[in-house]
Amino acid sequence: MPRMTMIEAIRSAMDVAMGRDDDVVVFGEDVGFFGGVFRCTHGLQQKYGVSRCFDAPISESGIVGTAIGMAAYGLKPCVEIQFADYMYPAYDQIVSEAARLRYRSAGDFTCPMVIRMPTGGGIFGGQTHSQSPEALFTHVAGLKTIVPSNPYDAKGLLIAAIEDPDPVIFLEPKRLYNGPFDGHHDKPVTAWSKHALSEVPEGHYTVPLGQAVTRREGAAVSIIAYGTMVHVALAAAEDTGIDAEVIDLRTLVPLDLEAIVASVEKTGRCIVLHEATLTSGFGGELAALVQEHCFYHLEAPVMRVTGWDTPYPHAQEWDYFPGPARLGQALRDIMEAR
Amino acid sequence: MSSDEAGKAPATIQPLKFHVPQPASRPGEKPDFSDVVIPKAGSVARPPVDVDPKDIRDLAYSIIRVLNREGEAVGPWVPDLSPEDLVRGLRHMMTLRSFDARMQMAQRQGKTSFYMQHTGEEAVSCAFRIALGPHDMNFPTYRQAGLLIAHDYPLVDMMCQIYSNQRDPMKGRQLPVMYSSKENGFFSISGNLATQFVQAVGWAMASAIKNDTRIAAAWIGDGSTAESDFHAALVFASTYKAPVVLNVVNNQWAISTFQGIARGGSGTFAARGLGFGIPALRVDGNDYLAVYAVAQWAIERARRNLGPTLVEYVTYRAGAHSTSDDPSAYRPKHESDEWPLGDPLVRLKQHLIAIGAWSEERHKQAEAEILATVIAAQKEAESFGTLHSGGKPSARDIFEDVYAELPPHLRRQRQQIGV
Ligand SMILES: Cc1ncc(C[n+]2csc(CCOP(=O)(O)OP(=O)(O)O)c2C)c(N)n1
Ligand SMILES: [Mg+2]
Repeated sequence: MPRMTMIEAIRSAMDVAMGRDDDVVVFGEDVGFFGGVFRCTHGLQQKYGVSRCFDAPISESGIVGTAIGMAAYGLKPCVEIQFADYMYPAYDQIVSEAARLRYRSAGDFTCPMVIRMPTGGGIFGGQTHSQSPEALFTHVAGLKTIVPSNPYDAKGLLIAAIEDPDPVIFLEPKRLYNGPFDGHHDKPVTAWSKHALSEVPEGHYTVPLGQAVTRREGAAVSIIAYGTMVHVALAAAEDTGIDAEVIDLRTLVPLDLEAIVASVEKTGRCIVLHEATLTSGFGGELAALVQEHCFYHLEAPVMRVTGWDTPYPHAQEWDYFPGPARLGQALRDIMEAR
Repeated sequence: MSSDEAGKAPATIQPLKFHVPQPASRPGEKPDFSDVVIPKAGSVARPPVDVDPKDIRDLAYSIIRVLNREGEAVGPWVPDLSPEDLVRGLRHMMTLRSFDARMQMAQRQGKTSFYMQHTGEEAVSCAFRIALGPHDMNFPTYRQAGLLIAHDYPLVDMMCQIYSNQRDPMKGRQLPVMYSSKENGFFSISGNLATQFVQAVGWAMASAIKNDTRIAAAWIGDGSTAESDFHAALVFASTYKAPVVLNVVNNQWAISTFQGIARGGSGTFAARGLGFGIPALRVDGNDYLAVYAVAQWAIERARRNLGPTLVEYVTYRAGAHSTSDDPSAYRPKHESDEWPLGDPLVRLKQHLIAIGAWSEERHKQAEAEILATVIAAQKEAESFGTLHSGGKPSARDIFEDVYAELPPHLRRQRQQIGV
């Protein structure tokens, strides 16, 4: 089976989707001729022509607004916002329009589209190339939100997202794009080509939305994570020797509550982990659900390990990033908590 | 037509076609600027500043130029700049180019994460700054460091920002080149394109509300004019006759995307102003004298309550977009050599030599002096650290300035990190 980086897997997903369905169109800033600043759409214009993969003016509201119009016509646009940090001009189109089109027209018009965007830090991108705005999407009824953690999932989830009848936000952790990243920024790491999850089938397959997966079985504590943080969780479990179970959510909405509940009922302890800021982050939702559904199984309060409630700094990136050291401390604390 | 025929396509109708603009040439092809029509230097009239905007609509489609091919300053736009002023201007541009070269190299050496050069566009920000008053306010993009250099902002401070070191005025928080200096009329740079353009209009409105005398200058790239904030800026500036100069730097490229994608069917970026009743001028952005002259004209209009002016600087981004970019993937390798408006440094140098105010020898000497100054500044800056070694801003600085006062939840988080 071919080995792919995250970028290659994402490109392959669009390639497969465009090959199977003429209605799939791909556009965004620098996406056409050049193939995207991260090269995720490289070669698609050559293969499918300029009317199916093209460069957009620098207008995120324009990109999403026209994509909604195309979706209303019957196409399946898969558009790229160059960085999640630049989606704000499109936020009105996403929240007020894409998310509600089916509802407000009673299914008369629908919005089958995917909005891809690189997310997260770890590349010294400063405050405008590092944000994790997933909670701004999960809070909106009508949107589905996906954050893959590896090439295999990225491709399967993206194909599923493109085939989905509703608008899907597809957040691509840019720290994982080329890999390698094993949770530690300051230690040698394994390249994607040596990771099992970089084995990606050439052709069509899907990873269904709404299904979490256990990345590491453990009995002591459940770590609920997604995207880049899955790798941090695995590293911290390794470092501390604490027998943590690592749940990779993959899809935030719809959420695989059963997987979470099953794990926490087994371990009795839960840490929620994300790179985004703490206050009103998706971790708050997860902690509330665990409390509601697993209260009588809990042996310690649910903990959240997240980015600080500040903009993402440049020089102090790794002091901001909730890495294995911070998570390791939380793991030790939660094991001692009674 | 009977009613049941209405709305039906006639049998002969053609299928619709989707149009995507294409640049004149791509990698491996011969650079082609035949569509850039360049009027003769000195050929465009200079209207009085209180001209009725509708009488100068043609200026949005021409290019105001002062320096001709022989290096002579010709025509009605020749500005009132002494040879000394021009030598100073040349030195500013040389400093910016030298600064760029050193910082580009520092990034390659791993001393910082990122850098953005100005190569080929030095005249725009350097000359504009000289035309502006000391207390006016710029709302720049990341490609106008000439506004700081031509205002004698310390190179060391700029470098400390680029290195994110312990003396970084932005405390390590910002990506390199995202400077800020209120004192120097330089608004904090945002990574989010176009946001500053409309903010400049607001600053200018405030100055008018308070019967102040200061004006604002808004800056934006050709590609970013596609953002809604650009259009919002034009409507607000037009409605309130804000004392602002609206600058569009058309360097032909927006990362890999040629300017035709943002411009579409409109003839020029300047012409965007016409629909708003804003006088719009196009100027040779590689001609220091022309940039200065047009800036002065627009600034005077703002100052005299005549309202906003839109200026399009026609220039060329000779280098890569940033240290993360490689233009050979999307434009001919030697396209910049073919750019018909030349190199702004070479052109001003040639002019100064033509008027007897400069020589090759003095130029070489100045180059060496400037390089020595930049290297000395770099040494000093590096003594305060670089991104990955030496003095660093404190982790405490992550939590400061989120609010005026540190709220309890941030105090708790800061304690957690132990600083
Ligand atoms: C809102 C937003 N969208 C996208 C980007 C990514 N981006 C950074 S620079 C750039 C190109 C800008 O081109 P132009 O406006 O022509 O300015 P130039 O770089 O040529 O000076 C893009 C797309 C961004 N910074 N902000
Ligand atoms: Mg540009």
